[in-house]
Amino acid sequence: MAHRIVILGAGTGGTLIANRLRRRYGDAEASITVVDQDDVHVYQPGLLFVPFGLARPDDIVRSRRDQLHKGIAYVQNPIDRVDIEAQTVHLGDGTELGYDLLVVATGAALLPDETEGLTGPGWGEKVHTFYTLEGATALAQSLDAFDGGTLAVNVVDMPIKCPVAPLEFCFLADWFFTDRGIRDRVDITYVTPLDAAFTKPVAAERLGGMLQERGIELVTEFNTGEVDGEGGRLVSYDEREVPFDVAAVIPLHGGQPYVGRSPGLGDELDFVPTDPGTLQSAAAPNIFALGDATNVPASKAGSVTHFEGDVLEENIVRFLAGQDLDASYDGHANCFIETGFGKAMLIDFNYETEPLPGHFPTNVGMPLLKESRLNHLGKLMFQWFYWHALLPGRDIPGIGADMPRAGKQTS
Amino acid sequence: MPTRTIAGSEVDVNDEGFFTDPSQWNEDMAVELAKESGIDELTDPHWTVIHFMRKEYDDKGTGPTVRALGKTSGVTVKELYQLFPKGPAKMAAKIAGIPKPRGCI
Repeated sequence: MAHRIVILGAGTGGTLIANRLRRRYGDAEASITVVDQDDVHVYQPGLLFVPFGLARPDDIVRSRRDQLHKGIAYVQNPIDRVDIEAQTVHLGDGTELGYDLLVVATGAALLPDETEGLTGPGWGEKVHTFYTLEGATALAQSLDAFDGGTLAVNVVDMPIKCPVAPLEFCFLADWFFTDRGIRDRVDITYVTPLDAAFTKPVAAERLGGMLQERGIELVTEFNTGEVDGEGGRLVSYDEREVPFDVAAVIPLHGGQPYVGRSPGLGDELDFVPTDPGTLQSAAAPNIFALGDATNVPASKAGSVTHFEGDVLEENIVRFLAGQDLDASYDGHANCFIETGFGKAMLIDFNYETEPLPGHFPTNVGMPLLKESRLNHLGKLMFQWFYWHALLPGRDIPGIGADMPRAGKQTS
Repeated sequence: MPTRTIAGSEVDVNDEGFFTDPSQWNEDMAVELAKESGIDELTDPHWTVIHFMRKEYDDKGTGPTVRALGKTSGVTVKELYQLFPKGPAKMAAKIAGIPKPRGCI
């Protein structure tokens, strides 16, 4: 009997693991079915560029189905719930999909309704998010028409996808208004629940310094309780206020609602409790998870998903062969941080090692924790790799799943 | 490892004053710790949160975040900030005698 592999989600993680497994198994060995609710695959790192007119929405969207290799069944249907005991996925139209092995790769959901006032008056007009295609597009219009005042960039609470993106947004806004000749009429405020600009100390200090150099105000330990669009105020639970004329808000994130409807699958935020090394879920031995859908203590980011894919493929193959899971993910993540004016910075880290200065992947590679034009080109080029190497499940030369240590300055 | 005396007993704490061994805690200590944090009287909702924090720690090995508390403790985030104004997750963890919550990344 062929193994029935069902993969929930056709984003970065679902697509790359489906393609990797299809290459691994012949049709007689395994059937592979991928489920998602629409056919819109967004290159999410591209969303950052849309508000500044540096990318058009069309540039960053492709068909989900078209990214899946031949021999993978694609089911376009919302997911109602997973019945773990019966090993069955219930779809929105009543269809049931039985599985021997399930991969949860449905990512994180944005929950703007959970913050008082956020989706009230002013939402989509002066209160935006750039974490969706519609939001980023509406924000582009707002910024285009902006001729002075305060731009507040607000992270409501962690975890969020791509924790550096809000900082990149600030840096690009600084460039954008400078380029338009109105930087002196614009105040930019970065409002975060963290006690510094970023989570990890060395990078937080560097990034905090970069905000300061650019005259961007940093407001820390701000737990947003209310967004008052009409009055132009962010209000924290401890009753501090930050005024704005335009706000770019990163809403609360959770797992997908169907996870909450599937008894035993998720935690209180609907993320799937997952072993950080093996990527096996706590829900059942034959359920694995990768990417933003898990609760592993790594950033919710495409690079994490990419490196997890390597480990997950090995462990699924071992699991289906009845062997112990021995592949282990080390929490490796790396990302280009766009810093404006055609430059970017690269950071590389894992569960244990915070982002450090040096070079990647070795001493002669790209500069780490330092702005450079080369990193900016790397960031732009990455979109090509995404569609042509990462999603098809090919390895990117020189970039492995384990974090490289050569080139890092550790003291 | 620093120690300190609370309500007549010596307990192990970390540099920031969080318990390192939750089994050393008792309710009299909570009353004293609350006073130090500016809470003169622990009301029923305070105790609900304190006991919930300890149970979460027992079950999961770390105290909950404010958001998780708001979703699962039966006390809303807004009320949590009224009960523990200096940041519910940390403040309640300290009073409840559990280690500092790991929080999110």
